[in-house]
Amino acid sequence: MSETVMEFTGVTSDAPSSSTFVVELAEFSGPLDLLLTLIREEQLDIYDIPIARVAAQFVLRIRTLELNEAADYLEMAARLLRIKAQMLLPRADGAEDWEDPRAELVRRLLEYQQMREVVDVLERAGEDRRSRFARAYLPQAAAPPEAPLALSLSELLAAVDRILRVTKAPSVHELIPRAVDVPGAITIIKAILALRARAMWTDLVKRDAEPWQILSTLLGILEMAKLGECRVQQDSPFANVEITSDTASEAA
Amino acid sequence: MTPLAKLLEAALFASARPIPSEELASLDTDASKAAVAAALDEIREHYDVDGHGVELVEIGGGWQILTRAEYTEAIERAQLASRPARLSAAALETLALIAYRQPLGRAEIEEIRGVSVGSVLKSLHERGLIDVVGRGEGMGRPLLYGTTPMFLEYFALRHLEELPRADELAVALRAEPRPL
Repeated sequence: MSETVMEFTGVTSDAPSSSTFVVELAEFSGPLDLLLTLIREEQLDIYDIPIARVAAQFVLRIRTLELNEAADYLEMAARLLRIKAQMLLPRADGAEDWEDPRAELVRRLLEYQQMREVVDVLERAGEDRRSRFARAYLPQAAAPPEAPLALSLSELLAAVDRILRVTKAPSVHELIPRAVDVPGAITIIKAILALRARAMWTDLVKRDAEPWQILSTLLGILEMAKLGECRVQQDSPFANVEITSDTASEAA
Repeated sequence: MTPLAKLLEAALFASARPIPSEELASLDTDASKAAVAAALDEIREHYDVDGHGVELVEIGGGWQILTRAEYTEAIERAQLASRPARLSAAALETLALIAYRQPLGRAEIEEIRGVSVGSVLKSLHERGLIDVVGRGEGMGRPLLYGTTPMFLEYFALRHLEELPRADELAVALRAEPRPL
């Protein structure tokens, strides 16, 4: 008993010794699957399971599992150990009311075994179907045809009336037109570039410039850059912009 | 082939899903149930006797034209079509339980399989193989699951009764229960 418990506590810490038969647990779909496999391999009688032996084997095999993945397996291991302990309890000879602690486990194993047979049937059937193709064309889900519009003139007018009544009076903003003078700005920029071939944005826009002047200069520069008449360069965001006359295009 | 058989063949060719007999019958309102059955037989025989690359199969509560198994590998090699992914052992076990005991709740499945099945149920539901068919009595009114027509189609079953009955299953480990 103590030996088994020792093994049990060693589930995560000890690497299995080289003599241990290591089983890939991924191939088992659960603790009952593993248990059935053990019983079949050892050719045990399912109605008279040598519980101590099976429990030890079971624990041995789940040692390779990560503990968090093994919760279902650990629960089964604990169950096996409890049954083993119950089997060891002394009982009066010929006691009629003694119930085999393994009975519940046997019932579950048989139920599981029956399900595995269905799995075999399904697996064969699924393989059979997988080996044949159907037509691959899937029609697109057709949108249901739109219902014809049923609307009389009076209903339409009533709707318009309703909308007009709930709609607030439009708020009107007064706009003062202030012309943006792009050609004028271009003339100024060209004049400056003719003098020094290279200018900073702050040279072109006076400190006290009005918004329309700033906008005109900006649009002028962009227009010239587009036409290849100047080159615009900014080393980093928000840095001053350098404008140079494009000598390359002049040369061309 | 008779005109009715040709009509049914065209419909079966056009459809990607199995067509139930009633729907086939609706293609020709003059055709009796027996005539449709005879026409289906005719198509099947035509494919089998003349030796076609396809066959007519009764599946998932309907009829469908499928390629013959011997050509699957070549078709897949040429990447003209690919087989659906195989189901995992966990998915198959869960499906097996639902197929036999539906409607069935998650707790019962976990009790029999001995593992938690939340994610398996989710993926089976996403693949359309199971669906929620009701709610159980008791704590929290648990969702109950059942199989779908897609389940029959996936396993090439005509109907659920085609699965072996539970009492027909030979439990491999069964021995005469001896008094414990």
